[in-house]
Amino acid sequence: MRSQVEGSQAVARAVTLCRPQVIAAYPISPQTHIVESLSDRVRTGELAGCEYLMVESEFGAMSACIGASGAGARAYTATSSQGLLFMAEALFNASGLGLPVVMTVANRAIGAPINIWNDHSDAMAMRDSGWIQLYAESNQEAVDLHVQAFRLAESLSVPVMVCMDGFVLTHAFEEVDLPTQEQVDAFLPPLVPRQLLDPDEPVTIGAMVGPEAFAEVKYLMHVKQMAALDEIPVIAREFEAAFGRSSGGLLRPYRLEDAETVVVALGSVLGTIQDVVDAMRDDGVSVGALGIGCFRPWPVGEVREALQNANRVVVVEKAFAVGAGGIVGQNVRDATRRQPVEVYDVVAGLGGRPITRASLRALLDDVLGGRVDPGRLHFMDLDLELVQRELERSRHGERPGPHAENMLRDLGTVASGAYE
Amino acid sequence: MFAVRIHGRGGQGAVTAAELLSVAAFGEGRHAQAFPTFGSERTGAPVVAFCRIDDRPIRLREPITDPDALIVQDPTLLHQVDLFAGLGPEGHLVLNTSSTVEALGLSELVRRLRPDRVVTVPATEIARRHLGRPVPNVPLLGAFAALTGQVSVGAVCDAVRDRFGGELAEGNVAAALAGHEHVRAMLGRTVGRSLSQSSRRSADA
Repeated sequence: MRSQVEGSQAVARAVTLCRPQVIAAYPISPQTHIVESLSDRVRTGELAGCEYLMVESEFGAMSACIGASGAGARAYTATSSQGLLFMAEALFNASGLGLPVVMTVANRAIGAPINIWNDHSDAMAMRDSGWIQLYAESNQEAVDLHVQAFRLAESLSVPVMVCMDGFVLTHAFEEVDLPTQEQVDAFLPPLVPRQLLDPDEPVTIGAMVGPEAFAEVKYLMHVKQMAALDEIPVIAREFEAAFGRSSGGLLRPYRLEDAETVVVALGSVLGTIQDVVDAMRDDGVSVGALGIGCFRPWPVGEVREALQNANRVVVVEKAFAVGAGGIVGQNVRDATRRQPVEVYDVVAGLGGRPITRASLRALLDDVLGGRVDPGRLHFMDLDLELVQRELERSRHGERPGPHAENMLRDLGTVASGAYE
Repeated sequence: MFAVRIHGRGGQGAVTAAELLSVAAFGEGRHAQAFPTFGSERTGAPVVAFCRIDDRPIRLREPITDPDALIVQDPTLLHQVDLFAGLGPEGHLVLNTSSTVEALGLSELVRRLRPDRVVTVPATEIARRHLGRPVPNVPLLGAFAALTGQVSVGAVCDAVRDRFGGELAEGNVAAALAGHEHVRAMLGRTVGRSLSQSSRRSADA
């Protein structure tokens, strides 16, 4: 049924329809509305047969999910930012043990400086944790990806992260077509665990493994992730057949066929990018967009094929590797090596800074005009003067003080986040 | 695309207003997107919320810098925030005040807008009367409906009933209708006055 609903509520409803048996979560902005809503749905009985655990931390949340999943329950959690980092050790355990936990990450920046707003620093920091990472473009896709994520996790026995932009999606009211219980039940059969902690047939899960077999266990993790590259498109096709709309999959090409310049991005910024692509096409510029729906595993062959006709690829990403460069950019460069294409790494939207059509258009005009050096990391809309003033201050005095607070004082900021 | 920006203070329901507006537009078969800017959320702090309404699906997610309509829930924000940024000469303005544009010192600003697109609404008083609480968001939506015609006041009332229950819903519905009626009456006067002015001018000529 179509309804105009907040993203968090839509996701909570979608998770409810997937009938998780254990939800263990700890609230953190901007994920909070999702788990609040789920706890309410458990309380009212809308989500029956589910135990909701309000744990003491995110580390506890993931640990409880690991235990529940090991005991054969369909387990779910959600988090953001520092909460995801607090789970880090347990994330690697969930994936190393091959447990099909599903988690929503409401993407938010990582401190310091503390910042509650959206970027992809959290999920990108955990990109090598062995979890599959899917990125939603809209709230409709966030809903659909959760239904697909449980299928994927359980068919391969791997954990899956569904990433959706914090605030931009979680707190946005927009139209969402919510599936019915019958539809979801038909698409997502009950969990048949590959391994089970069963008192009647005791087994060990999580034994210490030494040099004799550690590499082989890790190798199998890699093999399973690579198998997901085949499984994800199959699930997306079956989803389309069952629900009548296209959602998920590895990549989402937009006006790509003859595009000389292609913008690569993940998540909710793709809609704005598509508007810019349309406007530039109207002006006769040959440009397209490639949305990365699945970042882990990295669909290297599919990306290479999608970009084979491009001359320039502009990767716009909401995170970066400090001291190295773009993260998605590095992966795109890997996919396109030995192809005659220039890859530009652009960092944008950090800590909630809006990515506007005007900024994207100016960036693409600069790239097309040869004014952007592809050998260097480019920061969109960077306030260089603010940086320079701070560098100047830090040259003077014995104790120039902390950068963040100095720059806030310089800007005259009273309360961060207020509209400017 | 019709873009609305709502300025208020924490506790005045700016975010809820944008959400209700999107639900009202959706209820009339249109596409809508509402989203807030979040900052240090606390009562009294400046809050901005946005709503886009269109006949096509909306994929754009940047903040609204050039609104077609502006709803100002608290004119004292004038001293803190650049309220009118991006509002063009064809823009609509709904201002919560029981005072006048002149008394607020906004005459010059309002002169560059069309007189039939600027309305003042004593929304806090309306809310106090119908709800017993000074929450001006819903009567301002009723006013917005009358001013812009982007949604009907009936759709606003449906959205209110969908969101709230019982007395709270009915109080808000009454407040929305009162805001709507206030603007209809006011626009009637504005149009009448500008007509008589133009007929005077033609008489002088």
